[in-house]
Amino acid sequence: MPQVNLTVNGRSHTVEVEGRTLLVELLREKLRLTGTHVGCDTSQCGACVVHINGESVKSCTTLALQCEGAKVTTIEGLAKPDGTLHVMQEAFREYHALQCGFCTPGMVMSAIDLVQKHPEGLTERQIREGLEGNLCRCTGYHNIVKAIAAAAEVMHGKRDTLRPAEVMAAE
Amino acid sequence: MNVVTPFEGIGAAVKRKEDPRFLSGRGQYTDDLNRPGQAYAVILRSPHPHARIVSIDTSAARAMPGVVAVFTGEDLKGVGGLPCGWAVKNKDGSPMAEPPHPVLAMGKVRHVGDPVAVAIAETRAEAQDAAEAIRVEYEVLPSAGTIDGALAPGAAQIHDAAPGNVCYDWHIGDPAVADAAFARAHKVVVFETTNNRLIPNAMEPRAAIGDYDPATGEHTLITTSQNPHVIRLLMGAFVLNIPESKLRVVAPDVGGGFGSKIYHYAEEALVTWAAAQLKRPVKWTADRSESFMSDAHGRDHVTRAELALDKDGTFLGLKVSTRCNMGAYLSTFAPAVPTYLYATLLAGVYRTPVIYAEVKAVFTNTVPVDAYRGAGRPEATFLLERLVDVAAAETGIDRIELRRRNFIKADMFPYQTPVALQYDSGNYDATLDAALKAADWAGFEARRAEAAKRGKLRGIGCSTYLEACGIAPSHVVGQLGARAGLYEVANIRVHPTGSVTVFTGTHSHGQGHETTFAQLVSDRLGVPVANIDVVHGDTGKIPFGMGTYGSRSLAVGGSAMVKAMDKIIAKGKRIAAHLMEASVEDIEFDRGTFRVAGTDKTKSLTDISLAAYVPHNYPIEEIEPGLEETAFYDPKNFTYPGGCHIAEVEIDPDTGAISIVNFVAVDDVGRVINPMIVEGQVQGGVAQGIGQALLENAAYAPDGQLLSGSMMDYTMPRADDLPSVGVATHTTLCTHNPLGVKGCGEVGAIGSPPAVINAVVDALKGYGIRHVEMPATPAKIWSIIHGSRRMAAE
Repeated sequence: MPQVNLTVNGRSHTVEVEGRTLLVELLREKLRLTGTHVGCDTSQCGACVVHINGESVKSCTTLALQCEGAKVTTIEGLAKPDGTLHVMQEAFREYHALQCGFCTPGMVMSAIDLVQKHPEGLTERQIREGLEGNLCRCTGYHNIVKAIAAAAEVMHGKRDTLRPAEVMAAE
Repeated sequence: MNVVTPFEGIGAAVKRKEDPRFLSGRGQYTDDLNRPGQAYAVILRSPHPHARIVSIDTSAARAMPGVVAVFTGEDLKGVGGLPCGWAVKNKDGSPMAEPPHPVLAMGKVRHVGDPVAVAIAETRAEAQDAAEAIRVEYEVLPSAGTIDGALAPGAAQIHDAAPGNVCYDWHIGDPAVADAAFARAHKVVVFETTNNRLIPNAMEPRAAIGDYDPATGEHTLITTSQNPHVIRLLMGAFVLNIPESKLRVVAPDVGGGFGSKIYHYAEEALVTWAAAQLKRPVKWTADRSESFMSDAHGRDHVTRAELALDKDGTFLGLKVSTRCNMGAYLSTFAPAVPTYLYATLLAGVYRTPVIYAEVKAVFTNTVPVDAYRGAGRPEATFLLERLVDVAAAETGIDRIELRRRNFIKADMFPYQTPVALQYDSGNYDATLDAALKAADWAGFEARRAEAAKRGKLRGIGCSTYLEACGIAPSHVVGQLGARAGLYEVANIRVHPTGSVTVFTGTHSHGQGHETTFAQLVSDRLGVPVANIDVVHGDTGKIPFGMGTYGSRSLAVGGSAMVKAMDKIIAKGKRIAAHLMEASVEDIEFDRGTFRVAGTDKTKSLTDISLAAYVPHNYPIEEIEPGLEETAFYDPKNFTYPGGCHIAEVEIDPDTGAISIVNFVAVDDVGRVINPMIVEGQVQGGVAQGIGQALLENAAYAPDGQLLSGSMMDYTMPRADDLPSVGVATHTTLCTHNPLGVKGCGEVGAIGSPPAVINAVVDALKGYGIRHVEMPATPAKIWSIIHGSRRMAAE
């Protein structure tokens, strides 16, 4: 059986896979990283989004063998070693941007890439269009959009905390 | 030292306890779980809507690498069929047709997706290969993919037990009384509509793992369910003949349900049965295509309604005739949806004195239809709220004024409707007023004029809705045909050092119960939310329960918790009385502190729990040790959330594209425990309602071939399809449960579709239409605009 060498969340792995094995299957079945989900068969839902070399990719449409030498980051690899969550993860909690949690890992991974690609900042419209590849059935996206907007400002150093003090006081 | 702890009780927007695990990829959904020695099942499904199975050849499949077993319907002959949990009677009192629903098809397949065989192998890929190698010879039969097709003379006969494909022909009310009311009418408004069929599409596809322990004889099913105890009851008693004591059903983290994960599905019985046959765990996970053709669908009604009005617009009577699609088999609660969750809601928020409704349920060669978010109430609400707008247009009475003239007023509660329900509380004028203000209804015409200057058609629409939640008093649903009680169960365990575990028979699959219920208990017992764990979804841990659907978890399950806490406090008072040498009658309890009335003598809940588990100084002759109580709560009535939704839309006449430029929801969901979660529930519900109104449609060819079989064909709402939704609540308390709560899970999906379509019709004022069917796609809108222009030109 062919082998693939790749780094996942900072750890290097050599894994035997079939030619047809998808990256998401490698992550879920071989490495037991089950935070990356499969929600559809047609690359529509984005529950499987991970980062390959820093770019968001649908791991259900990526063959494991395509990832030779790649650096893969999954939802499990976002928090710091001491458990501190990534600001995007914090923002999702702060703004109630998740309900059942199934789409959340892919949504967070897509959102981080979207923000990183737009250092100039993002409008609500751009965030909504940037989420085209991710489906959520629970939230109606309203709070996801708010969470990403807030996280974007913190990630780009435009403010220090997810909720400005005056907003928190008003709530 | 003054320690300031933030308020976490009833009314606080506490951040969710479940979020850290979901955000870090540590959720445990069914497909994330694996058991040692597990094999994988892949199901071969019918590609035909209706066919006789001539033969099945599994020999090639059995010889494939890694194959453990291949089973067909013949192998499951000793297994019972999937039961229906609700029996509806015909007009003449005779029982509905209830044809068998085999776990794997026997002799015939009746819808695309009907399971025919299962291949089980060492890996999922090998099982897939094997399933593809099963050779089935079909004799394709004539089929009926629509209600009309199934009722047509000479239509294909789907079940021997259902002549003419009719499941039941039911009614409520007295047609003669309705006719008498109509005879006095100044005007009768007739309205016909189809409520489009929807596919729930929870983001987590269904999955199930069966396991069997030969040493204990215990079967385990891990499944994506909203109600594991119901699955245990139905599968154990009716399908596999396993006593409850030997069957554990676990529903771990579940990725959304919206109704589709209430029902007992064939795959659950299949993996449980196969695991016992093979003496090893068997796992099945649906791919999305299977979800489309095997998860129960929703809605699918065709209705004709007539509203009788007097000269000043007062409603005199309503007659409704509905035909509804059951699909190919009866799903678990399917018969109840178009009857007791639909026709009984046809009074809505209005004082219509006479209502007659008849409902004919029809079998077709399509996936079974059952409850989907709202279940019957969205169909009733859409019909009423469109009908009222049509009546307003045809009588010339302003649509807001017509609603107000017919509202049940705030001082009329309790209000008995002519269709069986008695509403306990509400204030429909107040929610309407709040919504009109929030949406700036008064300023709309200026916005319409401004949009017109930009070449856009702008419209505004409202719906004033009511629904019924918290299903329901057991003796009532029993009379109506339910084959179960609908109470809920809570067990509350105060541990020796004062932390608390709450065991609930409801199930959380996105609703945030682990937080809301902890707040509820914290508010009463004074224990910090962080020290309260809520356990759900495991028949091995929780005494019993009926699960989560119909926005019942807080109204029924939360009320059971209140009862259990009452017992904890009552016992705690007796222990406190002993410890403080006072009489029980003198002990007061408030948020974690037992006090001798009028003194500064107190004991904390932790003092009491410690004494209860370390009973050294303890009245052991009179009081048992321990501090744990169980309560069953049977609701006294449904709860009746209601409110007003307003949508404002803009249509591009060149493309027919509709954008929702503003959406306001003002809902009365009773007392709010966590406003952040309530707002999220409403926003999510509204998104599904907008999806129904503008985007979603389960499309079938006339013969029953599923056309919208993937997320490429079925339009799921995406972030850029939806607006930001303004949510507010206006509270009247439920009068018959101890929390005053009503339920918030479905209001969004119920109130929003007619608000959107009313806005679309309003925008198209001047194009000679009175209605647009859902989903109002750009193609439909473009045809209306350009058809009308063409007619004008001719």
